[in-house]
Amino acid sequence: MIKIALIGNPNVGKSTLFNSLTGMHQHTGNWTGKTVGVATGTYEDILFYDLPGTYSLIPHSEEEKVTSEFVLRKDYDIAVVVCDALCLERNLNLVLQTLEVTDKVIMCVNLMDEASKKNIKVDIDKLSNILGIPVVGMSAIKNDGINQLISYIRNINTNPITISYPKEIEESINILKPYVNSRFEGISLLLLLSDLKDPLIKELVKQIKIDLKEKGIIINDEIANTKMYLINDIICQAVTNNKKYKISKIDKILTNKITGIPIMIIMLMGILYLSIVGANYPSEWLFTFFNWLGNHLEHFLLNIHLPDWFVNPIIYGIYRVLTWVVAVMLPPMAIFFPLFTLLEDLGVLPRIAFNLDGYFSKSNACGKQALTMCMGFGCNAVGVTGTRIIDSPREKLIAILTNSFVPCNGRFPALISLLTMFFIGKNVIFKSLISALLLTGLILIGIMMTLLVSKILSKTILKGVPSLFILELPPYRRPQIIKTIIRSIFDRTLNILGRAVLIAAPTGLIIYLLTNIQIGNISLLNHLSNFLDPFGKLIGLDGVILVGFILGITANEIVLPIIMMAYISTGYLVDVSNLSYLKEVLVNNNWTIVTALCTLIFIIFHFPCSTTLLTIKKETGSVKWTLLSFFLPLFIGLTLCFFISKISLLF
Amino acid sequence: MYTLDNLKINKKAIIKKIDCQKLVKTRLLDMGFIEGTEIQSMLDSPSKNIRAYLIKNTLIALRNNDSKRIMIEVFND
Repeated sequence: MIKIALIGNPNVGKSTLFNSLTGMHQHTGNWTGKTVGVATGTYEDILFYDLPGTYSLIPHSEEEKVTSEFVLRKDYDIAVVVCDALCLERNLNLVLQTLEVTDKVIMCVNLMDEASKKNIKVDIDKLSNILGIPVVGMSAIKNDGINQLISYIRNINTNPITISYPKEIEESINILKPYVNSRFEGISLLLLLSDLKDPLIKELVKQIKIDLKEKGIIINDEIANTKMYLINDIICQAVTNNKKYKISKIDKILTNKITGIPIMIIMLMGILYLSIVGANYPSEWLFTFFNWLGNHLEHFLLNIHLPDWFVNPIIYGIYRVLTWVVAVMLPPMAIFFPLFTLLEDLGVLPRIAFNLDGYFSKSNACGKQALTMCMGFGCNAVGVTGTRIIDSPREKLIAILTNSFVPCNGRFPALISLLTMFFIGKNVIFKSLISALLLTGLILIGIMMTLLVSKILSKTILKGVPSLFILELPPYRRPQIIKTIIRSIFDRTLNILGRAVLIAAPTGLIIYLLTNIQIGNISLLNHLSNFLDPFGKLIGLDGVILVGFILGITANEIVLPIIMMAYISTGYLVDVSNLSYLKEVLVNNNWTIVTALCTLIFIIFHFPCSTTLLTIKKETGSVKWTLLSFFLPLFIGLTLCFFISKISLLF
Repeated sequence: MYTLDNLKINKKAIIKKIDCQKLVKTRLLDMGFIEGTEIQSMLDSPSKNIRAYLIKNTLIALRNNDSKRIMIEVFND
């Protein structure tokens, strides 16, 4: 197996190349469309590692660190550096850095077709001659140049350029040479890396820096300048650029101070609308299918003479909750994430961060938090993973702790049902429009709370000033619509099915046992809700609603069905799509408009679901932050509900 | 001397000096903000605190708080 590390600046089409190369032979897909972890895939006997995009091997964010550490560990045979033909100058920096770590490097100049359209000519042979490594001109979207790359990989032959640094720097490199296992110029990278692991090297590097500083040499500047002169020289020889950069009209409208933000809100609402409304039909089909399958499964199990006490928990507990979660969760996600990925491929997402950064910088947070919030609308666990795009650890934590303030797909159905039942009159025209407006209002409360809490966190436990915020606004590109949709659905389907089986199945069993085991003629579930009732009443809810949220920690989708199940004591989850029946049951159980309002608020502000909590644990590596992310929204929800219910008593 | 946050939209300048903490500077260097490079101010964000610049054929956005650390010499054309 030949092992290949795929490296490149963000937005150069590295993942497109990876996808074209490996097709469906990928072992890990990337959740958000953006590469945040290392994806692997194979092409014949070649194993590709798709690393997160980075501008430099000196990492600035968590995801860049993944790449930098991977490259420095040298656990691969060849490094393929993917570059953008339209801005080779900046991309060459990464090529040179990689050449300092390993001499087995292939350079891919992607987007050659776009470059020639824009009158930029790149002389591939010249580049190859100067750098002493194979260079491939390609257009990954059209599969051009891929065969060439494969043949270079199989017969690699390099004689790479050596960068000659000023005398003092070369001397320092020679001091370090015996200690470091890398192509010797790679030491210049080591000199720059701030967190060196080996204490001996660390000490040496520190001493070298002090010595050089005494001579008036700032090492970072010298290294950057040396590379810049070299790069300038290479560009002069190999690239002819007759193009004058012009700001596109779309950019002028999208970042305009009057039209910019409204257009983005409309786009987000459009995506949410499509995911919610568009998901109804496939959800119904799935329900029908699972019901049919469930009936047959039950008959089959009874026919082979399995006892009732064994079949019932399986069918009405595990099977029902499992298929319920899949049927409700899968369709909206399968619509939301491909659409979101399309926006990303188009290049719209960085513009959103650009437009909204002002609000976040006032909260001492990062504009990219807006993007992780958008991902949160799809799934908070995805939003939490997405925070890796935020460079500063402090700002990343803020984004993680507040991510559940934006309601995910799993919470929308309940929000919409309750809004429609309790806040919109029976015969109102434009019913769906009003419900959309009310929903937007609720979302805005969540967003304002995000900004407020971010600010409070920045002033208290996560004290600090905003770190350097640097954001590339890449040119707009035509996305590969079909490929993106197929890939997103395929990856997500597997992921969600896995998650549903792992979490929903045991929950189904627990719910079944709680509702069907009785002590003194009352089910355990009712005992529990009776016990919680006084506390629930205090915050405008009741015991049953609280039980719904507690059991629904595994998936927000089942909160409302559990509440219904408890009210009508069916012993298994019931369909909640008939709103007038649903409202009748709720009102019979003493629901008022205040109960509905408190429940709505509590849906937005309560603990994140278990998958999100596990993701937070994984991302932060800390129990403390996980606990905080559990209690912070819960505390806000309890406080708000308490005040709403107390204030309502005044009227 | 002018700082980058004062560069008016559509105006060009040359980066003269970057005066900030080492790690921040390394990142700026990696993104192409190298002394002697031409830079042009291109877009203002609706929130006014951040601006997009054209540098080495790419649009890069920087907050004004960060760009005031970058000294420039404005082109007189």
